Amino acid sequence: MTGTEPASGAAHLRWRPAPLAGLRAVAPVLVLLVALLVALAVVDPGFFDPERLLAFLRRSAPLVILAAGQYLVIVSGGFDLSVGAVVTAGVVVAAELFNLAPGLPWLVVVAVLLLGGLLVGVVNGIVSTVFAVPSFIATLGMMLVLQGAVFFWTQGAPRGYLPEDYRMLGRSAVPGAEWLPWAVVVLAVVGVAAVLFMRSDTGRTLVATGDNDVAAGLAGVRVARLRILAFALSGVAAAVAAILVGGFTGVSAQAGSGYEFQAITAVVLGGVALGGGRGSVVAAMAGAFSLQALFTLLTLLGVSGALESAVQGVIVITAVAVGGISWSRRATRTHQPVRESV
Amino acid sequence: MNQRGTPLLTVRGMSRSFVGIRVLTEVDLDLAPGEVHAVVGENGAGKSTLMKVIAGVHQPDSGRLEIDGVPHRFPDPASARRAGIGIIHQELTLLPDRTVAENVFLGREPVGRGPRRLLVDRAAMVERTRALLAEVGAVSFDPGTLVRRLSVAQQQVVEIVKALAGDARILVMDEPTAPLAEHEVDLLYDLVRRLTARGIAILYISHRMREIFDLSDRVTVLKDGRVTGTLATRDTDRDELVRLMVGRELRDYHPPLAAPGDLGEVRLAVRGAGNDRLRDITVEVRAGEVVGVAGLQGSGRTSFARALFGADPLTTGEMWLDGRPVRPNSPRAAIRAGIALVTEDRKGQGLVLRQPVLDNALLVLRAAFAGRRRAEVEPVEVGELLTRLDVRAGASDREVRFLSGGNQQKVVLAKWLAARPRLLVLDEPTRGVDVGAKAAIHEFVRDLARQGLSVVMVSSELPELIGMSDRVLVFRDGTISGELPARPSEERIMRLSTGAEVAV
Amino acid sequence: MTAPSVTPTGRSGAFVRLRPRGPVGVVYLALVGVYLVGWLAVAARGGDFVTVGNTVTILQNSVALGLVAVGQTYVILAGSLDLSVAYLVSLTSLVTAQTMQTAGVVPGVLAALAVAAVVGLANGLVVTRLGVNAFIATLGMALILRGYLEHNYTGPAGAVPTSFQHLGYDRLGPVPVSVFLLAATVAVTWFVLRRTRLGHHIYAVGGDEEVARLSGVPTTRTRVTAHVLCALCAGLAGVFLASRLGAGAPWAGTEAQYDLVSIAAVVLGGTLLAGGRGGVAGTVGGVLILATLDTVFDQLAVDPFFKNVVRGVVIVVAVALYARRGVDVRRRGMRGGS
Repeated sequence: MTGTEPASGAAHLRWRPAPLAGLRAVAPVLVLLVALLVALAVVDPGFFDPERLLAFLRRSAPLVILAAGQYLVIVSGGFDLSVGAVVTAGVVVAAELFNLAPGLPWLVVVAVLLLGGLLVGVVNGIVSTVFAVPSFIATLGMMLVLQGAVFFWTQGAPRGYLPEDYRMLGRSAVPGAEWLPWAVVVLAVVGVAAVLFMRSDTGRTLVATGDNDVAAGLAGVRVARLRILAFALSGVAAAVAAILVGGFTGVSAQAGSGYEFQAITAVVLGGVALGGGRGSVVAAMAGAFSLQALFTLLTLLGVSGALESAVQGVIVITAVAVGGISWSRRATRTHQPVRESV
Repeated sequence: MNQRGTPLLTVRGMSRSFVGIRVLTEVDLDLAPGEVHAVVGENGAGKSTLMKVIAGVHQPDSGRLEIDGVPHRFPDPASARRAGIGIIHQELTLLPDRTVAENVFLGREPVGRGPRRLLVDRAAMVERTRALLAEVGAVSFDPGTLVRRLSVAQQQVVEIVKALAGDARILVMDEPTAPLAEHEVDLLYDLVRRLTARGIAILYISHRMREIFDLSDRVTVLKDGRVTGTLATRDTDRDELVRLMVGRELRDYHPPLAAPGDLGEVRLAVRGAGNDRLRDITVEVRAGEVVGVAGLQGSGRTSFARALFGADPLTTGEMWLDGRPVRPNSPRAAIRAGIALVTEDRKGQGLVLRQPVLDNALLVLRAAFAGRRRAEVEPVEVGELLTRLDVRAGASDREVRFLSGGNQQKVVLAKWLAARPRLLVLDEPTRGVDVGAKAAIHEFVRDLARQGLSVVMVSSELPELIGMSDRVLVFRDGTISGELPARPSEERIMRLSTGAEVAV
Repeated sequence: MTAPSVTPTGRSGAFVRLRPRGPVGVVYLALVGVYLVGWLAVAARGGDFVTVGNTVTILQNSVALGLVAVGQTYVILAGSLDLSVAYLVSLTSLVTAQTMQTAGVVPGVLAALAVAAVVGLANGLVVTRLGVNAFIATLGMALILRGYLEHNYTGPAGAVPTSFQHLGYDRLGPVPVSVFLLAATVAVTWFVLRRTRLGHHIYAVGGDEEVARLSGVPTTRTRVTAHVLCALCAGLAGVFLASRLGAGAPWAGTEAQYDLVSIAAVVLGGTLLAGGRGGVAGTVGGVLILATLDTVFDQLAVDPFFKNVVRGVVIVVAVALYARRGVDVRRRGMRGGS
């Protein structure tokens, strides 16, 4: 059968990205985020004091950064279950390094962690592309290895401490602008970088690869290399999160536990499809903010920390179900004739 | 009409729309026991929809359907099957990791009696499958074989047996030879004759004239969702069917061919090239020339296209582009050398369906000419290209999966042309494209050739090949079996494709 | 017609030759390999690995993970997965112990299974009716269960009667009773998957949902049932652990990461993560591989944390090997696969 294109003044259509096109993908999660923020404002009128708001941003930073990294992997068609273990490993390794060499400049440790994150990501990427192991299993294996290695090295009780200058990124403010925590600066840098990356040729190609890797390959995309890049960036993002978490909460063998699922949840809350090819990084990060806002709200409401996760579970399922229903309806309705035309 | 007695199946006034577009309008059809009834029509004429309505995959908006004079309504495929209608879809509906018997009885596994009611009677399943296979003469594989280990032809047989296992009396076959190699088609013929001898009626969809005249008793022609005629096959001929299908003369919508002076230097030269599916390919294509590639399914015509593009690289022989030796071993290398390939599987290989038009159109530039290399190709402005191609999408951020086949194909073309290729390889460029868009695409391709682009066009539609090509290469068994000048006759192409005539 | 006497096309023919044995064969080959390496390693340290006691330990170590992984096999074959099993094991261990404390053994077991069935049903319905991706649906369920557990329990609770602890500790001859529980579950599962319509339909839904639907398979019901069966197996694991521990514990299932490890065991057993291919025999092999590793490390007194490192490596390497053998030929020879 023939086309279904609307007869609207198509001839004069301008072929450039619609200025608000991005907004459409972000809209549902923004509604969720705004609703949560409004609720926060009602429950706690002081929440929007600049200082408190910045503290909220600082608390959100690790999760948002992890979500940005996880987004890259998910949108290209994979999973990264290893990020929580990378965060834990990063925190513990930093402490051990300072333990072994007390005078170490903090920048060296930061560099070591970033390189470590990169390496983990590259290994994940190679195992899941070159060796064709499903990324779920590949990164699960990486998670087990990292967890085991960290505990093995530390015998379950991480030694050492993180010196003040290293922890600065996680918990101090920018000198000269005492209102501005470093973590927020880092968050902003990562956020802007993520958006710019997704607007670049490579970023757009990454989404296309997640949508249809065969078509992408035939259009000249180096599919494996691109996917490895996504895992590598996710690993680096996890290392950045590890630096912030270490500074924020100090040394703990549990520092990163659960972050992998929180990050995936945040990305999915942002409307990004598991399996790849759909969703925006801004929405993924907004999803992370929403999740953090939800945690904050539940704490303010006095919901016990324990029940927090139950509420989180309900909200995640509901959000995805509601989103999924409207999507699939639209999709089936408009999709049928397209299928018919073959 | 009822020369064979009461119709087994009667369809009257059947209509069906999708989102307000009429796909079937008041279709009448009947089918006698033991009859092979062909349904023909252009792409998009409504053949597949008609079959799906009959098999319960879609429900009609109006009209009625009778079996043995009894009215039926099928809310789903299972109820159609219970009424004795089996369908063989264009896409394979087998599970590769299950055995033949498990596939044949999927969804209606036989169970034991009494307390064994809970169990699948595997012995019975295997035995009945074996019997059915014997009945259709397929004895070369066992019911216990995994389907993935069968050849495509054998899988097709399993499909048919699967349809028969439900005691089908009416078998709907939607382009059953499409996946088969030439020698396998004869086997399918045999099978069809065996089935009709048992009184099974077959609705046979195909656009291959030869099959229709070889197999069918009657032909119903669809055009734009309406029946334009039902004829006894022996009383009609190709021309009449084509006229009913197209409703006009064939060649009138093809742009003029290249004049001798339009052709430039040799752009592509291939000498003695081959890989595991091709051998001894020698060919030259000039700038400004459109070279058609004919051949039956499996003859190597698609392999040739993919080899030029580096998707299944050539392993032997030599290849030059504009006098420089090239041997693309990946699509990326081919793209950077100036070669583009429009694949036959638009949705599977051509488009990223859930991305907007613009992202699809920019994909090649973004993927293969990142950064500074972009300037070297001086890309065509993509927006301009889309406008020139008259792509209609409603909104520029509309996902391409919502576009019609014709508009989708234009997006694919835009994607490639943005990178200014020197050689454009087209594989079935107008498959699943409506007539209007088809003419536009033909016009556009010829226009590009006039500006100096070299085009290699693979097509299974002979009128398209004949109308568009300055020269036609015919493939058979992985090599070029003949080369024909402009405007060859369909007959010569067919003779070279089938081996009835050997080389020039 | 001698029709399709057309021999399998070149590629699929070569493929047949490449794989003399099924994927299950490879799994057990890997198991033998791990066992031999373990034997050598232990023998090199002057230990004795091939003893009845040791074999029994391996089996005993397999029970809890085995039960969960067998359940996970159902959902993975059906193209889903279940991330809520770890918390479900904890929950059912508590339900078992607390019910037994007041109402006796049989009600305890029944209550645990009933709770499991409800959770599985909820998972299945959310996946099928609400169309939520199984990953998210069962992750959400995991969070809900976790919230409930953490809100209501801080440590072990309930108590099982001594009579019920026989399940966890007694032996019939040399073989622990609990191994029979696992064996029975495996047998039933094998039977369901191989011999019932449900089993056939599970493979079909996981292999290609659209093909299954066109062939008349009740896809929704099949997938929901798979989720319920998976949850029931997790429930059995909870019952077993309650017997073993003498009480229920909120960490019974989570400490050993049964959610992710069970998925790993299934995939290690050669079942395709995407569904449609594999089986419970492979899962048992996968579980035994992990249990053998555990036993070897125990015997070598290797640091327990190091176990995880090796586990991770073994899982990834094994799956990479399967993937190499496997066949991207899949579907390529098939119609429409191009």
